Amino acid sequence: MALKKSELKIGDVHEALLVEDLKRTQIVQYAGASGDYNPLHTDEIFATQVAGFPSVFAHGMLTMGMTGAMLTNFVGDGRLTHFGVRFTKQVFPGDTLKAKATVAEIHEKDGQPLVNFSVETLNQNGDIVVSGWATARIDE
Amino acid sequence: MAVEKFPIEAGHIMMFARSIGDKNPIYYDEVYAKATEPGAIVPPPTFTMSSAQFDPDYFLRPKIGEPWFGSGKNPTGISQASGGSGGGAGRGLHAEQHFEYHLPVKAGDVLKAETKPGKKWEKEGRRGGKLIFSETITEYRNQNQELVVTARGIGVVTEKAPD
Repeated sequence: MALKKSELKIGDVHEALLVEDLKRTQIVQYAGASGDYNPLHTDEIFATQVAGFPSVFAHGMLTMGMTGAMLTNFVGDGRLTHFGVRFTKQVFPGDTLKAKATVAEIHEKDGQPLVNFSVETLNQNGDIVVSGWATARIDE
Repeated sequence: MAVEKFPIEAGHIMMFARSIGDKNPIYYDEVYAKATEPGAIVPPPTFTMSSAQFDPDYFLRPKIGEPWFGSGKNPTGISQASGGSGGGAGRGLHAEQHFEYHLPVKAGDVLKAETKPGKKWEKEGRRGGKLIFSETITEYRNQNQELVVTARGIGVVTEKAPD
């Protein structure tokens, strides 16, 4: 299942649909699993009336987690050596997200072939909600 | 955040994987997981964030018998006067998150997390108001005292909520 160096080239793109019409319940599910119960994410009344947001919004880490699933299901389990992102725009209930990984560099460290990807997750309007990069171990 | 014991539990991994919409059976099926390269149920790459569950002082979890800032009878459970970023009441946001994976983590491991503050800087926001960034670095070690994951988070506090 692991990627092969011989089968990758700079500019190759892998894409995946992360979520269609994100539900508030999934955000609640993430709050419960992660332990981050910030009411900004799960409490519509607090988010709108106290914090002044248009609605609750997803934890950045939920979007990063879904983006990570795109990566691990592409590079294979236990193959990532780095994964980092910036959160560039909020993700709201009803959003549909797609993520893509683009091969940016293929290199070697201590004899281990590695691939660097630039990573982007976009919403239904084409706005980038998460951008970053990841590195994975690959086979020869 | 310091977490003395963060047990990597299979049930917790399953719930976490469900919440991020990942159907990969390596997160819940032990028999399937045995035949994979890692050879065991492993956590998804962002799972270490859920060490918050095992942090007795984590401020974004309601504590039994203590006031909570989410809505109840009123839109917030704390008096407006005592509001502000101290309670996490809506001004602090997550700007960046990075993970370095040094060694495999598997269900059954018991990690220990230690967090230290990193850099701190300020920037003018696009919609006005000052943005204050601060970095925290968390090192996760396993039961053999080996460094397994380094997590670097950057939080931003805004002077006012974005329009």
